[in-house]
Amino acid sequence: MLRYTAKRILLMVPTLIGVAILVFILLRLAPGDIVELKLLAEGGRVSPEALATERARLGLDKSYWLQFVDWMAGLAVFDFGISMWTGRPVIDEISSRLGLSLQVAIMATILATAIAIPLGTLAALYKDTWVDHVVRVFAIAGLAVPSFWLGMLLIMGLLLTFNWIPPLTYTPIYKDPLGNLAQLIWPALAVGYRYSAVAARMTRSTVIEVLQEDYIRTARAKGVYERLVVARHAMRNALLPVITVIGLEFAFLIGGLVVTEQVFNLNGIGKLFVQTVTRGDYTMVQALVMLIAAFFIVINLLVDLLYAALDPRIRYR
Amino acid sequence: MSAGHAIPAGVSAAPGRGRRLLRATWRFARTQPLGFAGLVVIFLMLFAGIFAHVVAPYDPLAVDYGAMLSAPSAAHLLGTDDFGRDIFSRVIYGARTALAIGFLASFAGSSLGAVIGVVSAYFGGRIDMAIQRVMDILLAFPIIVLALSVVTVLGKFIVLGLNLYLIVAIAIPIVPKVARVVRASALGVCVMPYIDSARAAGYSHRRIIFRHIVPNVAAPYLIMLTAFMAQAILLEASLSFLGLGVTEPTAAWGLMLSGSSEQFYREAPWMILFPGLAISLAVFAFNLFGDALRDWLDPKFKV
Repeated sequence: MLRYTAKRILLMVPTLIGVAILVFILLRLAPGDIVELKLLAEGGRVSPEALATERARLGLDKSYWLQFVDWMAGLAVFDFGISMWTGRPVIDEISSRLGLSLQVAIMATILATAIAIPLGTLAALYKDTWVDHVVRVFAIAGLAVPSFWLGMLLIMGLLLTFNWIPPLTYTPIYKDPLGNLAQLIWPALAVGYRYSAVAARMTRSTVIEVLQEDYIRTARAKGVYERLVVARHAMRNALLPVITVIGLEFAFLIGGLVVTEQVFNLNGIGKLFVQTVTRGDYTMVQALVMLIAAFFIVINLLVDLLYAALDPRIRYR
Repeated sequence: MSAGHAIPAGVSAAPGRGRRLLRATWRFARTQPLGFAGLVVIFLMLFAGIFAHVVAPYDPLAVDYGAMLSAPSAAHLLGTDDFGRDIFSRVIYGARTALAIGFLASFAGSSLGAVIGVVSAYFGGRIDMAIQRVMDILLAFPIIVLALSVVTVLGKFIVLGLNLYLIVAIAIPIVPKVARVVRASALGVCVMPYIDSARAAGYSHRRIIFRHIVPNVAAPYLIMLTAFMAQAILLEASLSFLGLGVTEPTAAWGLMLSGSSEQFYREAPWMILFPGLAISLAVFAFNLFGDALRDWLDPKFKV
């Protein structure tokens, strides 16, 4: 197990280097660079000398090789450089927004799991009754409704029924828990719906499968209460694949946030990403992509490890 | 399946094939009613999209400041937007945009992914290893992050009113996902005795891949193609919503939702309701059809 974990962690390094190379090349394929965008946006004609000095200041006059080596050397010691657009350290720009996005993601996960597991189990226990049909419609719709539109519907519903919209300014949860939740619960619901739909579907099908196993019949035959059969014998075995889905969808969630943050005007990682990509802020985009990819890979790894830890039948080499 | 039945020259194959297709459709409708419902919705949207110029009562771009933000009525079935443009007509034309981009992106991504998957499985060894590492790198991005980066970098390249680069951007995240699934089924095909005999007969790699392996992974390919139609439509809507996909004045569902302000939420809820419903319905239909197709073609196959 330890060896397997170590191997997987080591394998992350080449993948991350690949991501770095890909994003580095991709960004430099774009016509025009940030210097042109920034200076020309300020209006008027800019002398070629001004462009050249600005490029030199940002290190864009160096060869691509040198730029890449510089960046990698920085990454190795967790130095992400300075944002080319705002001039502030990238790490500050990201860390001031990471809390918000992570909070929404975690809230969405909790909400989704809390909804999905009971719903999926109910659907399985009452298979082919109206309970099951309602849950399945809920789940199928969840896969089709775009999270950003659901967010808009939530805002519209709140506005038209209570004449109230969620607060637009972010307050950290430790300062004003109620104000914070009043703002962030809605985007969490919007991105969490799809999540709960996927998890509910998975829960339903695994519980149905497990309930047909021999050990369930044995438990029933020896007179265990049905409630205990479900809680002890069925659920523990059924939840394994559900955990995988929850882990894998967590990464999806980050993607959903990219769009949904716009709807709620949240100043999080997703919004920052959209802004910086359109500005061609190389250092910022590079750092964000690395962060998101690393996150993605780590979550995948954690899911695999958790899976092995929970299921004694699985032993990785 | 059809290899043994050679059709004599001069005899038209059309009636037999038509009847067979009809019978297959009927069987599909009976065994997979939900999937068939999805198929019907897809055909309706396809019809609306292709004949948008006939079906839509108004020009989707016609601005009418006299009718700005008017509520749904007999004249404007789904109301009008802030430029007085008819939302029903824009939703109809939006179907054309969504289906065209969705199909082209999903087709390009799935086909490339399938070829990569088969090649990877067939050659194995170092080639397989190298291809899988590249796919791992692409899989390390959430799909929207990858598509968004690619489309902003590439910009615009309009062919026949469609931004070709947008299609490329939506297709790229599909490639590694399809490649992985197709590789897994191709691995099963590659150990079949008929592949060995094809090799022993001295056929070229290209012939073995395209004539002997590709037809045998057609089922997962078709399933992935429909499943990713839904994803591609969703992705196009998201990108357009962010202002990085389809651009004004083209009618596209995601774009119609873009820039909605509190004023619209309050005074013109129909502007928000209907384009979103159209996206959901399209994705819903493709999901239903895709699931049914999976059960029908290969009950053991799970994406």
